Amino acid sequence: MLDGRGAVRRRAGVRLWLSAIWLGLLVLAALLAPWIAPKDPLAQDLFLGRLPPFWVAGHEPGYLLGTDSLGRDVLSRILYGARIALVVALVAGTVTCVLGAALGLMAGYLRGWVDVLISRFIDIWMAFPPVLFSILLIAVIGPGLGSIILAIVIIDWTRFARVVRAEAMAQGAMDYVASARVAGRGRIGIMLREILPNVLPTIVVLLTLEMGIAVIVEAILSFVNLSISTDDPTWGGMIAEGRASVHQAWWVLMFPLITLFLTVLSFSQLGEGLKDRFDPVLR
Amino acid sequence: MADLYEVAGLQLSLADMTRKPLLGAAPRLEILKGLNFTIPKGSVLGIVGGSGSGKSTVGRALVRLLEPSAGSVRFDGVDITHLDEAGLRPLRRRFQMIFQDPMSSLNPRHRVGTLIAEPLRLHGLDGIPTRVARALDHVGLPAGFTARYPHELSGGQRQRVGIARAIALEPDFILADEIVSGLDVSSQAQVLNLLEQLVRDLGLTLAFISHDLSVIRRLCARVMVLHQGVIVEDRVTADLFASPQAAYTRELLDAIPLPDPDQVWA
Amino acid sequence: MSYLVIDRLTVRLRGGGPLLRAVSLQVAPGEVRGLVGESGAGKSMIGRAVLGILPQAAEVVSGRIMLDGVDLLALPPGERRRRVGATCALIPQDPLTALNPSRRIGPQITDRLVDIMGWDRARAEARARELLAEVQIPDPDRVMRCYPHELSGGMRQRILIASAFAAEPKLIVADEPTTALDVTVQKQILKLIKEMQVRHGTALLFVSHDLGVVSKVCQSLSVLYAGMVLEEASVADFFRAPKHPYAAALLAATPKYTDPTAGLIPVPEAVLVATRAEVAEADRRAEHG
Repeated sequence: MLDGRGAVRRRAGVRLWLSAIWLGLLVLAALLAPWIAPKDPLAQDLFLGRLPPFWVAGHEPGYLLGTDSLGRDVLSRILYGARIALVVALVAGTVTCVLGAALGLMAGYLRGWVDVLISRFIDIWMAFPPVLFSILLIAVIGPGLGSIILAIVIIDWTRFARVVRAEAMAQGAMDYVASARVAGRGRIGIMLREILPNVLPTIVVLLTLEMGIAVIVEAILSFVNLSISTDDPTWGGMIAEGRASVHQAWWVLMFPLITLFLTVLSFSQLGEGLKDRFDPVLR
Repeated sequence: MADLYEVAGLQLSLADMTRKPLLGAAPRLEILKGLNFTIPKGSVLGIVGGSGSGKSTVGRALVRLLEPSAGSVRFDGVDITHLDEAGLRPLRRRFQMIFQDPMSSLNPRHRVGTLIAEPLRLHGLDGIPTRVARALDHVGLPAGFTARYPHELSGGQRQRVGIARAIALEPDFILADEIVSGLDVSSQAQVLNLLEQLVRDLGLTLAFISHDLSVIRRLCARVMVLHQGVIVEDRVTADLFASPQAAYTRELLDAIPLPDPDQVWA
Repeated sequence: MSYLVIDRLTVRLRGGGPLLRAVSLQVAPGEVRGLVGESGAGKSMIGRAVLGILPQAAEVVSGRIMLDGVDLLALPPGERRRRVGATCALIPQDPLTALNPSRRIGPQITDRLVDIMGWDRARAEARARELLAEVQIPDPDRVMRCYPHELSGGMRQRILIASAFAAEPKLIVADEPTTALDVTVQKQILKLIKEMQVRHGTALLFVSHDLGVVSKVCQSLSVLYAGMVLEEASVADFFRAPKHPYAAALLAATPKYTDPTAGLIPVPEAVLVATRAEVAEADRRAEHG
């Protein structure tokens, strides 16, 4: 029967596709950066500093989105920057998700002392101020890609653990769990085969949100100069540099900022879209 | 006739978290206050009572979803009162349960075929596809239903899947907990007829929990009336309807609205 | 002269199929009319359409809802809300969710009187106490200070009844008001609703899936299937001899403990097929003018 649900689903489909296309392009850019980037992202040329993008008077052919104050090509730097952004998003997002969701699932379904242990641990963990914590961490173990990922995992696993725990607890009270016990399924089996598929849509949404957050965190750390070595182009680093010359060369700030914005938005929309599309229960 | 279940002095209490003091243990809430009854093999027992009577709790103690706090539950001679999950595993196949709300008792993410086959696989049975097909046939659903998800079915169809899932294991005992209370009258009649026929054909022992005495009258040879965790009456159905002994039973019977405008309510 | 006249009301799911198919019915002042049918028959939808609380996804396509001679659907939304608020009330199905869990009982009853009827608070509170006593709640003063979770389901349903009658409405829609309750409590609540209705002379639209309950409370009933009224009759006539085959089958499916040989007969497939054909035929006729 045709009804209102179809329309909602179609709209969700458009969101899903737009975000998937943007993220797909980004992945391609990251993989193919050495071949498709028009210039070397690190090559400086002070004579070509602060060139405007192609539609503004005074531009140079070959520098589509202009150059920064050191004469480096903005487009090439954005393409290379996608590499770090995506690695951080995928690795940090996935590790955070697996760790947090596993602990949350155990606490929420097994209950008892497991829950007490994990929940108290979460409470204590969340009492640390996260930004201070990550800056401290990087100050101790030194900047670098690994440190950023570690910082994100250490701070954000509680987000997964708490939400998944609550969800697993609600699902655990459902009769299908009792029904599985009557059928003779053990506790681990129930957790993985009965509960997990029902909390999976929530986990997917959280995961994509987390990927977006990871990109932002990386940008923030770059902004305060705590990320990768300053030579490697990162979006956050570009935004930080662009800020200094925003009145003379707005494009140095704007283009990485727009890219960052679209990427984070795409991650969250991807999660919602996937949930709408692949949740068989959603009415 | 031998007894499949022998229940003696069954007590069950749960921690009352709403009244838990800041420090120290929560007070215990007595749900079942020492029940004695038996369920003979091949019989159909009705368990009736209002909300808070403990009828669902008794049922869940019988299939050991809950562990009694005192007394004993013997299933076919085996004491299952305090058996752990591992000890229960081999017995689980022999006592099955059908739930009140098929929407929540069937995992929404599994197809009907998987839902019925899973318990068979867990118990290491062979010829699973044949058994699934036979179970679906028993409950009058077409074989094509194996590919559907629970939310694609009507309430009556979902409840049939719940029944198929339970009988596929060829159990000795089935507990049916309020399984028709969420259904329309027509589906309710269909499911009851089906259950009646399955009990006859498969030689099942059935405990049928309901708040509705008129449904019980149709299906059960014997009725046990529970009120606030105590058995107030346990008799042959026809006798109970002819001359209810306990005041609570009379009150219960009296309150049923007959589809008859001439019935006068005192 | 009927207080409520519903005339060929058609409600549709936005961009989808019909929920109500040209439903017509009338309720006289002081009359109790039952709306019965299986789930999805649209019986709750009628009450909701009258009160103007249809779900977002549903829309009125055509028809009229005349309340005391005024067509509600022709009124601007604000005017309609005021009129319905001042003259109609609802007794909802689930007493557990119908009261706000984080507010005390007293204000939840008096709000209506203060906001819609414009009473001052003291007068509203006095009236609330009087009503709680009328629905046989012991110690109304204490109960008014309680939160909903401190009271039993039966108590909460009594409070909802008191609250429905508070502003002396002319029409009350009772939507499966006892479905969530135990039979023994159901009996008390039904008797209470009936008593209150007679004493206040209120017209009542009583939605229920249970023909037993309807036979106790109503004077007349409409049997619905797929949003269409199949039969309209007085309760006395209907239970003696239902006319429509589907309505008769519904009655035959209703359990009757006094007679173990009767009741619990599923609606025969042939009757369902014929009834569906009848609905399809009505749709065809509606489409061709």
